[in-house]
This record gives sequence, structure tokens and C-alpha cells, in this order.
Amino acid sequence: MDFELSEKAIDFRSQVKKFIENNLTSEIISNMHKTGTFNDKSFNEALASEGLLAGAVPGYGDRDPVELYLLFNELEKAGAPYDGLAVTMLVAGIINAVGTEFHHEEILKKLLTGKHNCCLGYSEPDYGSDVASITTKAEKVGDKWIINGQKMWTTMAHESDWVLLLTRTNSEVPKHKGMTMFLVPMATPGIEIQPVPTMASERTNATFYDNVEVEDQWRLGEIDDGWSVMGIALALERGVMGGTNPAVPLLKHVLNWAETTPSKNESLMINNNLMRERIARTAIINQVGQLLTLRAAWIAATGGMPGVEGSMAKIYASEEYQKVVGWFQQMAGAEGLLSFGAEDAAAFGWIDYDARHAPVTTIYGGTSEINRNNIAERHLGLPRSR
Amino acid sequence: MSADQEAIRDVFSSFFVEQTGSESARNSMPLGFDVKAWKRLSETGAPGMGVSPPTGGGASLSDLVIVAEEAGAQIAPLPIIDHVVASRVLEKLDLLEEEVLTGTLIAGLVLRPVENGVAKSVPTGAIANRLIALNEDKLLLLADEPPNESLPNHGDLPIAHRVIRNADIIAEGVEATELFDRALNEWKTLISAFLVGITRSSIEITVEYVKDRHQFGKPIGSFQSVQHGLADLPGLCDGARLLVNKAAWAGDKEIDGVINLTDNEISDFATLASMSLVFAGETSIHATDRGLHYHGGYGFSEEYDIQLFYRRARAWSQILNSPSEECLNLADLLLKDSGAE
Repeated sequence: MDFELSEKAIDFRSQVKKFIENNLTSEIISNMHKTGTFNDKSFNEALASEGLLAGAVPGYGDRDPVELYLLFNELEKAGAPYDGLAVTMLVAGIINAVGTEFHHEEILKKLLTGKHNCCLGYSEPDYGSDVASITTKAEKVGDKWIINGQKMWTTMAHESDWVLLLTRTNSEVPKHKGMTMFLVPMATPGIEIQPVPTMASERTNATFYDNVEVEDQWRLGEIDDGWSVMGIALALERGVMGGTNPAVPLLKHVLNWAETTPSKNESLMINNNLMRERIARTAIINQVGQLLTLRAAWIAATGGMPGVEGSMAKIYASEEYQKVVGWFQQMAGAEGLLSFGAEDAAAFGWIDYDARHAPVTTIYGGTSEINRNNIAERHLGLPRSR
Repeated sequence: MSADQEAIRDVFSSFFVEQTGSESARNSMPLGFDVKAWKRLSETGAPGMGVSPPTGGGASLSDLVIVAEEAGAQIAPLPIIDHVVASRVLEKLDLLEEEVLTGTLIAGLVLRPVENGVAKSVPTGAIANRLIALNEDKLLLLADEPPNESLPNHGDLPIAHRVIRNADIIAEGVEATELFDRALNEWKTLISAFLVGITRSSIEITVEYVKDRHQFGKPIGSFQSVQHGLADLPGLCDGARLLVNKAAWAGDKEIDGVINLTDNEISDFATLASMSLVFAGETSIHATDRGLHYHGGYGFSEEYDIQLFYRRARAWSQILNSPSEECLNLADLLLKDSGAE
């Protein structure tokens, strides 16, 4: 097995690293935490004009999924605002896979400029993991569709030009067979966005759809076949688009802190044995997270669908991240509770931030339980338990 | 995996399935060594496979981890890893005897420093005719009759204490420590692969068991609590295998690797070998723990195989040192450029 990246991939990575060095300012990072919007359109635009954004669309052109992984991995390690970009590029990938000429021209091309965003409208107040039970209704009236309902966790809705909306179009058939996907322009009358603040700095939204009228050209995929579009979205997403190395930037902040913070028995925290053991364990976790993600990217690069492998990477990275955050927050004692801007905050508040952020990582993008179901059924061959 | 490596896997997988496995593990107790299987393995030339051609098989570390995983999957009571690693040291010093090359004499490693002339708890101590040990900055070769009796132990391994006397000094100074460090890193990598094999088999055995065992009128493997406990394991097993393969890849490369902790870029052999041992060890402990538990009371009984895997996972994970101590060694490597040390 060769663990050396290809020369092309190494070039791409150094291009990304250089871009980050030149464009990711501390203002951008502090602004994203202040506003809770982990998206920066001018940063995205700069990425696009460097020619780096086309590589961020899964399955697009001749781009290698390893490059896709590298782009998001570097952004993640640098603490850059990439949440909005990841979702937007995922939608670009879905359009690329199943979109019409109209979708390519009207949406995909614009997404590649970095000036526009998309958000995901899958979950509803009553249906999260059981997403196939959603009730937001789309009704065909003449040659138009009328949409009514509510979506939850529509993160970036307030930044977006389109929402990828999963709707119920047929209640007479089994639930998986009666859904249809749309790309609805957010400017359409009848859409309302309400912010949902979270315990970390991230902002998310609830979105309401009241007699929203769209033409049939905004439908993505066949009528009643929205579940297949979901399947493509999940396979494109899992593991490759960031979120599998969250403890890398955390460890960087913790090291800075440990190298400068006095300890009770040793001169500095970095010389404390428990601290050193946990740094070593975190380094192992980061390597394994990287290898599991790269494997998913390799599978995708060779034409496979890394569904199960993506689930493995996601469970591992998110659960270990939570464990690691817990270790370091406790080791930092009272100062591990202090937030950004507070005097003496451990690691300038990063430990508090990561401890606030970590809980969502085993929930969004498919809960650990949904991923375990996936592995149990598709990999271990155990009977369906629901 | 290359076509050659697939061939290696297939050949050794069949060998270990046919010649070892739980029956061999049970029959070779209490010594922890299956003499017959070792003779058959020797007929294939495997004891010399890590030695350069034309004398030996010229296997790379990346080839050897494949063999080690297959051996672990069948908990083979054979000293193949120690023997191959020790042979590679002897070859470098031009001290490889024909009987060691062919497996007629067994060679092993003293993993820890010799104290007051005694090597404690040597994993091949009960059976090795040749032992390589590091005593301060001297590399020693002990040629002595083994006791052929092991200390009763958790993993049914051929463990014994050995007195190191009349041993030849075969290298000194930097050469000695470099040779020993290299051997120890190879040993860590290969034992980690053996532990991946243990993990893999434990998952397979347990999944079969929970599909077969019925309670409340259905297979216990249809209950979500059981499914989720098992669903964690394949990702850990695959992660351990990837890490071990990366360590072997780093060990086979001629150039020095890098350690960049804050960028998560690591290609240094010693670092990856140490990471592998900690991670593959703890993964095997976790997988056998879950596996035994889902067997219910039968898992605890001698009759079922899972307990054999459970005990060997623990034994090989800590025969060198405790995982916490290994993490501290690892931290020394990772933080050697850190200003605070």
C-alpha cells in the first residue's frame, strides 16, 4: 500500500496551503465566531478565482476525490469557515450527478464562482433521523408546484440563494417512494427564515414554506424519486468533506496552551505525564481519522460508493473528538471554562469553544446511531432492527 | 495490495487456517508453542522470509505485516514474528546461522532492558535457542538451551525469564542501539498486525454467534443494542490495519520520515510503529471484550474460542510495556521539537 500522495495531489495541497496562508486572516476567523455564520463569501470567491473551487465539487469533471478531501482537510485544520462551502459544493455535486441543463446553467455555474450558497432542507421538527417520514408537501397545480411545510436545521439559509428541499409528493405509496427533491430559490415569496441560536457559536435556522410557488424546472430528479437523490447526497458527503479531523486544530491550540501554562508539579503543563499521554493519544486519533477518511476518498476515486467506509470515519472522528475535548477541558480546570476574549481563557477560549461545538458532531450529517445501523446492516450483514 | 501481496496473503491464510487455529492453540498449552506446525512452516521457508535473497525470501515489512495478520487471525502459537525480526538483525551482522535461517533453531528478542543479568518475561523465552538483547549500549547474542517450560500466563504464550550469561557482544555503541531500535520498531509493527488479525477474527466469530444464538424468539444479532456494540468494531479494525500498513510503508522507505504534529503529517517509522502498537492493542482489547460479552456465559467458558482471543489480545498488547508508558515514549518522539522539553 502506498501512503504517498500523488505528485498532482501534493501540488494541489501546497496550492491550498499557500492560499490559506495568504487569505485566511484572523479577522475572518474571529468574525465567523462572532456572527455564528461559518461562511465567508469573499473568502469563497477568492478560492474560486484561484481555481480551487472546481476541485471542491464531488464527482465534478476529472477532479480526484483525494483533492476534495485535501481541500476540506486543510480548511478544517486551519480553522477556516468552510461549513457553508461544504454544503454548497455538496449541492453542486448533486446537480452535477442528476441535474438538468437548466440546473447546470442556472445554479452550478454560479456556485462555482463562490458568490452563492445553498442550504439543505431535509430535517423537520418531527422528523430528523427518520427523514423519510417528512411531511412538507409539494402539490402539482397546473404546471406549478405549491409547497407548504417547515424545515429545521437549515444552516446557512440566511446566506443561501437556493435550498435543496425534500418534499412529500405522494402519501398513497410507501414513505420512501413518495418524496421529490427541489432546488427552491430562497427569494421565492412565502419563505421565512427564523434564526436558531446554538450552544456553540454556530447559528442555524428554521425555515417556513407558506404556499411557495415554483415552476417544474426547479425539480431535481424524478417525481417521487427524491430518496435516490438523497442517497447520492449521502454517498458524496460522508467522510470526504471535512469533519473528520476536528481534533487537529484543537490539538494545535492545546499544545500552545500546554507549552506556556504552568502546572502544579512540573514546570509547565507540557511536561505533565498525563498531558503527554493524552497528546500522544490525540495524535493517534488524528492519524486514524485521516487514514479512514483517505480510504473513503480512495474508494470514491476508483468509482466506488464509500457509504459504509464514510460511516466508519464519521463515527470514529466525531466520537473521539468528543472524548479528547473532554480530557483537555478537564485538564485546563477553571480556565478551561473561559470563553473567547476572557482574560486567562485556556488556549484563548478554543477549549471552551470545542467543548461547546463537539456535541453536534455526532448528530449532524447522520447521527452515530444511523451510521451504526448502516454498518450493522450493510457491512456485518445483521438483520434490519427497525 | 499488489498481486504478489495477495498471493502471500492467500498462501499464509490457508497455511494458518489448516495448521493452526484454536485447536492448535489449545493443544499447544501449556508451553504455548506448536512444534509440529512450526516444522511444517519451516518446510515452506517462512522462518527465512525476512532475510535478503538469495539466502532468504526478501520479504519487505509491508509483506510481513500480511503474514502477521493472518497468523493473528488464527492465533497461531508460533514465534514467527520474533524469529523473522531477530533473523534480520543477525543477517545485518553477518551472524545468521543456517539452523536459524531454516527454523531448526528458534531466534527471539529480549524486548526490555536486561536487569542484573536477567531478561524478564521474554515472549519467546521458553523456546528460543538464540536471543538478542540490549544491555546498555551493547547488543548481546545469547546461545543457550531454552527451558521448554513457560511461566503460566494470561495469553498462553511461551514466556520465560532467561539468565543472560556467556552471551556474545555482537555490536556496541550507536550501532547497537540503532540495530535494536530498528528491530523493536519492526517487532511493534508486526505484533500490531497480529493484533489486527485477532480483532478481525473476534468480530467474525462474534457476528456469526449473534446471528445463530436465539433469545426471545429471534437472533440476538437482531437487537439494536447488540448491533450497535458490534458496529463500532470494523471501523476500528480497519483503522488499525491502515495505521499498521502505514508504519510498514514508512519502515520500508529508505528516506527519513517527518513528524508534524500540528499538521497531522506523520511518516516517521518509529512514531508510526509506536502508534500502531497502542492503537491495534487497544482495538483488539475492545473487540474481544465486546465479542466475549455478546457470547454471554458461553464466552466465559473454556469451550468457546472467543476467550482464547480475549486473553491473547491483552497479552500481546502489553508484553512490551503498558500502553500508557508506550504513549509517553510516543510523546517524546512527537514533542522532541517542542520548546518546553
